[in-house]
Amino acid sequence: MKKLAIKAENISKQYRLGEVGTGTLSHDLNRFWYKLRGLEDPYLKIGDVNNRAVKGASDYVWSLRDINFEIEKGDAVGIIGRNGAGKSTLLKLLSKVTKPTTGNFKINGRIASLLEVGTGFNPEMTGRENIFLNGAILGMSRQEISRKLDEIIDFSGVERYIDTPVKRYSSGMYVRLAFAVAAHLESEILIVDEVLAVGDAEFQKKCLGKMGEVSKGEGRTVLFVSHNMGAIDTLCTKGILLETGKVVAMGDTREITSMYFNANNQEEGIFQIGRTDQNEAVAIEHVTLLNQNGTVTRNFEYRDSITIDIALDCHQEIEAPYIWMLVKSRRGPLFAATGMLDGFRPKSLKAGKNKVKCTFLNVPLLPGVYYIHMGIRSQDGLHLITQSKDVASFNIIGGIGNKGFNGSLADSLAEEMHSPLVPYQWEFENDGIYKFKI
Amino acid sequence: MSTVTEHEQEWESEIKAESSLFSINLKEVWQYRDLLVMLVKRDYISFYKQTILGPIWFFVQPILTMIIYVILFSQIAKLSTDGTPAIPFYLSGITIWNYFSESLSKTSSVFKDNAHVFGKVYFPRLIMPLSIVVSGLMKFAIQFALFIAVVLYYTFVNGSIHPNLWILATPYLLLLMAAFSLGLGMIFSSLTTKYKDLVFLLTFGIQLFMYATPVVYSVNSVPAQYRFIVNANPLTGIFQCFRYGYLGSGTFDPASLLVSTGIIVFMLALGIVIFNKVEKGFMDTV
Repeated sequence: MKKLAIKAENISKQYRLGEVGTGTLSHDLNRFWYKLRGLEDPYLKIGDVNNRAVKGASDYVWSLRDINFEIEKGDAVGIIGRNGAGKSTLLKLLSKVTKPTTGNFKINGRIASLLEVGTGFNPEMTGRENIFLNGAILGMSRQEISRKLDEIIDFSGVERYIDTPVKRYSSGMYVRLAFAVAAHLESEILIVDEVLAVGDAEFQKKCLGKMGEVSKGEGRTVLFVSHNMGAIDTLCTKGILLETGKVVAMGDTREITSMYFNANNQEEGIFQIGRTDQNEAVAIEHVTLLNQNGTVTRNFEYRDSITIDIALDCHQEIEAPYIWMLVKSRRGPLFAATGMLDGFRPKSLKAGKNKVKCTFLNVPLLPGVYYIHMGIRSQDGLHLITQSKDVASFNIIGGIGNKGFNGSLADSLAEEMHSPLVPYQWEFENDGIYKFKI
Repeated sequence: MSTVTEHEQEWESEIKAESSLFSINLKEVWQYRDLLVMLVKRDYISFYKQTILGPIWFFVQPILTMIIYVILFSQIAKLSTDGTPAIPFYLSGITIWNYFSESLSKTSSVFKDNAHVFGKVYFPRLIMPLSIVVSGLMKFAIQFALFIAVVLYYTFVNGSIHPNLWILATPYLLLLMAAFSLGLGMIFSSLTTKYKDLVFLLTFGIQLFMYATPVVYSVNSVPAQYRFIVNANPLTGIFQCFRYGYLGSGTFDPASLLVSTGIIVFMLALGIVIFNKVEKGFMDTV
C-alpha cells in the first residue's frame, strides 16, 4: 500500500452570507447558550447548498459539505470544478488560512501553499531582500534561502535588477521573481492555486515545467487548481471533480476532465459557462458546438467543420472588441481564429445578450480530445475584458483508415499524434513525387 | 503464517475544526523566528526610505507635544512636577507613552492591516504583533536619544536633576510595556475581527488611558480618593520607576513594579489565548 500524504475526513465549511456584523452578537450568544446546555450548534443544521444562481432560504451556505478523499504520496492531483464549486475553499483549508467548520485533515509532510505569488512583497525593498522576506513568509529559514539564492535568481531571470527595489519592476518581472521563490520551496506537499494565469507564455511554460519536475522527478505531492484543462491534463495524474461543495468524482485525470465538460450539460455539445466575475464587462454564458449539418454535438470526424456558437452577456455596449478562439490539444495550442490577426471584429456588442459564431472549416485534426480556449480583448487590444479560459472540449472520433490514409496502421497511430495535418509532398529519388492532399 | 493487517498510518500533523483553548504552538513560533527578523528589517527599510527628512519627524512630534504640555499643564494649570524642571518631566512621560500607545494601536489592528497576507499564506499569526512591538523600538530609540540629551543637559549643565542607578531598569520597563501593549493589542484585534464597533472605542480609549497614567502629572498630586484608579494601572509603576531613575524625583515603590509585572503577565497570557482562538477562523469575518 502506498503511503498517504493527505486524508480528508468529513470536511465541511460553512460561510455566513451578507453583511457580517448585524446580528453577529445575537447569533454568538445563541450559540453559547446551546453550548452551555451541551447541545449542538444550531446554525450548523441549516444552510443551503452553495449555488450562486439561486437565492437561498437562509444566510448560511455550505461551501464544502462532507468531503472525503485520500491523496497518495507523489501524486499530482488536479482539482476541477466550476466557479463556486469549493475549489478555493478546499485549498484555503489545506493551507490553514481558515479552519474547517467540521471534520479534519490528516497530513504527512510539510505543506507549502501558493494561493498567490509574491505575498508580502514590499515595494521599497530590493529583489534580493524580497526573496528573503517572501521566503520567510512561506516558511523557509534564512539558511535555506541563502543556500538557494543563486538558483532562485537564476530561475527568475531578473539577475540584472536584483538589487533594485521591486517597485521599479515591470509586472512580469515581479511575477517571475515571486514564482522563483515559491518554486524553490522544499516541502513534501505543494498546493497551487491558479497563479500561473500571469506572466508571459514562455515563463508560464517554465513554471509548468518546474511543477511537473516537482511531482514527477522529486516525488512530491502536488495539488493544483486551474481552469486550464490542458495544464491539468499534462501535469496531473489524478483529478478531483467538485460540484456545489461535494466531491462528484475522483480518478484518472482524463476521465475527470471530460466529466467536467459533460457535467451540467444535459445535451452533449452545449457548455454552460456563466459569469465568473461581476466586474467582467462581458461574460460568456454558454457555448454550443455544431457540425456542418447544424447538429449540436461534441463528437466530430476528421475533416468535419466545427461551428462554435457563443452566447455573450454584456454589462454595457462594447465597441469593436477583439474575439479570439484557440484550439488546443492536451500538449498545447494548435491553431486559432483571432481578430487580432485577421482584423475582423464586430462593430459593437450591444448591452445584454449577443451571439457570436466562429466556424473552423474542414478541420484536419486526427482523432483525440481537443479543447477550445477563448478570450475577448478591448477595442485597443490591450485589456482582457473577459477572463480567457477553456470553454469547451470536443472529440475527433472514428477511424481515418478509410479516408485515404494507410489503413489500420494509420488508425492506431493517429491517436498518439494530437495534431492537425497540412498538405505536403514527398520526393523519393527513384520513385517520384507523392502528394498528400487533404 | 502471519496475517497481513492493514497498515495503520502515522500522521505528522492534523487540521481540525475544533482546537483546545490552550493549544498554543510556541515551538512553531520559534521555527518562524527568521520571519520575525525579516519583518523587522522590512519596517526598518521602509522607515529609512520614507521621506527626505525621514526619522527627523520623530523628533518633531515629542518636542511639539512637550511644548504644549509645558504651556498647558505647567504654566496654565500649574500641575506639580515633583519639583523637577517641566521639560524633562514631560519629555520622560511622552517618550515612553509614545512607545506604548503606538504599539497598542498597531497591534490592535493587526488582523485588519494584514488581512491580505493572512488570507493567502499560513504562518504563526503571533509573529505579526511581535514584529510590531519590536519594530516600535526603532522609533523609541530615536526619541529616547532626544530624552537622554535633555537629561544630560539638566544633570551636568543645569544640575537640577539627579539620575540614579534605577536607570538600569530601563530594558525591563520596556519589556513590560511591550508585553502589556502586545497583550492588550491582541485582545482588541481579536475582538475587532468580529465586533467592528470596538475600533471606535479603541481610538479614544487610548486617549483616556493616557489620563489614567501619570504622563502629565505625578502620582503625588492625585487626590487620595482617586489615587486607587492610578495605582490600579499597571503602567503607573513603570512610569514612576522611569522618572525616579532618570530625574531622581517623585516616589517609587519597587513593590508596585512587582504588581505591574503580575498584571501584565496575566494580560499577555490572556491576549495570547484569545488571539490563538481567533486566528484560525478570522479570515471568514474580517
